[in-house]
Amino acid sequence: MTFGELGSTLAFAALAFLSVIIAAKAHTPEYAFHAYLFAAASAAATFTIINRYYDRPAALPPLTINGKPNYNMGPVKIATIASVVWGIAGFTIGLLIALQLAFPALNLDTAWLSFGRMRPLHTSAVIFAFGGNVLIASSFYVVQRTCRARMVGDIAPWFVVLGYNFFIVIAGTGYLLGITQGKEYAEPEWYADLWLTVVWVAYFLVFLGTVIRRKEPHIYVANWFYLAFILTIAVLHLGNNASIPVSIFSPKSYIVWAGVQDAMVQWWYGHNAVGFFLTAGFLAIMYYFIPKRAERPVYSYRLSIIHFWALIFMYIWAGPHHLHYTALPDWAQTLGMVFSVMLWMPSWGGMINGLMTLSGAWDKLRTDPVLRLMVVSVAFYGMATFEGPLMSVKAVNSLSHYTDWTIGHVHSGALGWVGYVSFGAIYCLVPWLWNKKELYSLKAVSWHFWISTLGIVLYITSMWVAGILQGLMWRAYTSLGFLEYSFIETVEAMHPFYIIRALGGALFVAGSLIMAWNVWKTIVSAEAVEEEPSVRLKSVLMAAE
Amino acid sequence: MPAAYKFFAEFAQTWGLLYFVAVFLAVLIYALAPSRKDRFDAASRMPLQED
Repeated sequence: MTFGELGSTLAFAALAFLSVIIAAKAHTPEYAFHAYLFAAASAAATFTIINRYYDRPAALPPLTINGKPNYNMGPVKIATIASVVWGIAGFTIGLLIALQLAFPALNLDTAWLSFGRMRPLHTSAVIFAFGGNVLIASSFYVVQRTCRARMVGDIAPWFVVLGYNFFIVIAGTGYLLGITQGKEYAEPEWYADLWLTVVWVAYFLVFLGTVIRRKEPHIYVANWFYLAFILTIAVLHLGNNASIPVSIFSPKSYIVWAGVQDAMVQWWYGHNAVGFFLTAGFLAIMYYFIPKRAERPVYSYRLSIIHFWALIFMYIWAGPHHLHYTALPDWAQTLGMVFSVMLWMPSWGGMINGLMTLSGAWDKLRTDPVLRLMVVSVAFYGMATFEGPLMSVKAVNSLSHYTDWTIGHVHSGALGWVGYVSFGAIYCLVPWLWNKKELYSLKAVSWHFWISTLGIVLYITSMWVAGILQGLMWRAYTSLGFLEYSFIETVEAMHPFYIIRALGGALFVAGSLIMAWNVWKTIVSAEAVEEEPSVRLKSVLMAAE
Repeated sequence: MPAAYKFFAEFAQTWGLLYFVAVFLAVLIYALAPSRKDRFDAASRMPLQED
């Protein structure tokens, strides 16, 4: 047994025992349920590692075969499939809560399906489950290919992928059961956070170890973006979840920051979850998958370096724009606003770099719907990063804050940029990983593209109108100085827009179902890439050994 | 405590600013130096290389 196998077997066995003890003495049944989940998963991990040890050949897989790197793509495949499954779940829950806003009876009068629980379920499912699995899959693929080295670790890459998805299960079931620490985008309680920390450190080590093992002297720019994403998310996660549990037998914890400091730390975390999770990570995807798919070099590699450092320098300061006109000191609000406005430059530099990578290959947009998805995603990146700084300006924010304009803005970034670049990456990765010539149906990709685009347009336009209407109604005064509208009147005015938004969401869900079908058909029935006979013979021989 | 706050705030607003500007200038020099043209041209093609 290797050191890693022995160590992880013992650690998982110990965790299984500890979880059973916690389950027995848990303060609440919901927490006991989570402890049992931990116990079952740890026990399963222990047995899987031992079984795998007895089944595997004595020697670990070689780093190279015939001088070519022997890539480890098993964990990448699992994360890719997980992203498709979680994506459909997350989009569908989003559709449900959109319909609940239009027709409140749809919470069916149960606590489980109430908006307050379903909303974090939706945001976490799309950002962390769908987006997170796309990032893990693509980062493990890209770092191996651009470093020309097999991923570091034997158990560790599997631990990262499966451990991360176990975190998603704990977080998601927790929201349904009412377990939350009430911090936006950081709702999971202390024990889930602790587990994620361990998984994330393993992720960082696997990624960094692979970069260190590289055969290429230069570290490709996508790997810089991935590294910044992994490292910064680790720091943000630790800072924003510095909480002390009531007891090891209780799911409840209290944060060490108080009052406005807590709000500041929360939005330092919250905005950089946007900046480093939803931006830096997906820019890494842009910088690998667009050149690869367009078969063109990056438009300006120098611009990509400046893009990287400028983005890293500025994003970290932009968080206070979430707290305009609050108890936060005025200078901190202004600082957040100024840095947000300055972010225009790196954002648009990056957008131009991504779009111009198509120079000499623009004709491919007519024939390749996968490339079209990714190019439109970069256009949405440009639009969302234009709108964001605009909304961070205090005068604009006084109108837009707390209205549906914010929701529209977030979704032009989330559906248009993050969603589309992820779909593009999934459509590229599936044939590459399963050795297929091309996707099962490019026509289906085209349908996915147009249906979802119509959905996004309906979504963001209805939310713009709704948000501005809402903001204007809230600030309307009569000639006598009274508020012109009661709150419930503004809610009533939103009703038609909420229905249009739900329609847009339904189209987006429909598009993702087409993708799932296409991915499935590609894996089971698309035409395989013909290997050179010598390579096939050698792999047969290696398998026979 | 207010003295410590004042000290850290002034340090950040002067030396912190200068430090960031200096690091960013170093990045610009690294990225734009003509001597690295060939290396960056090769790097821009890294996704296209096959094994």
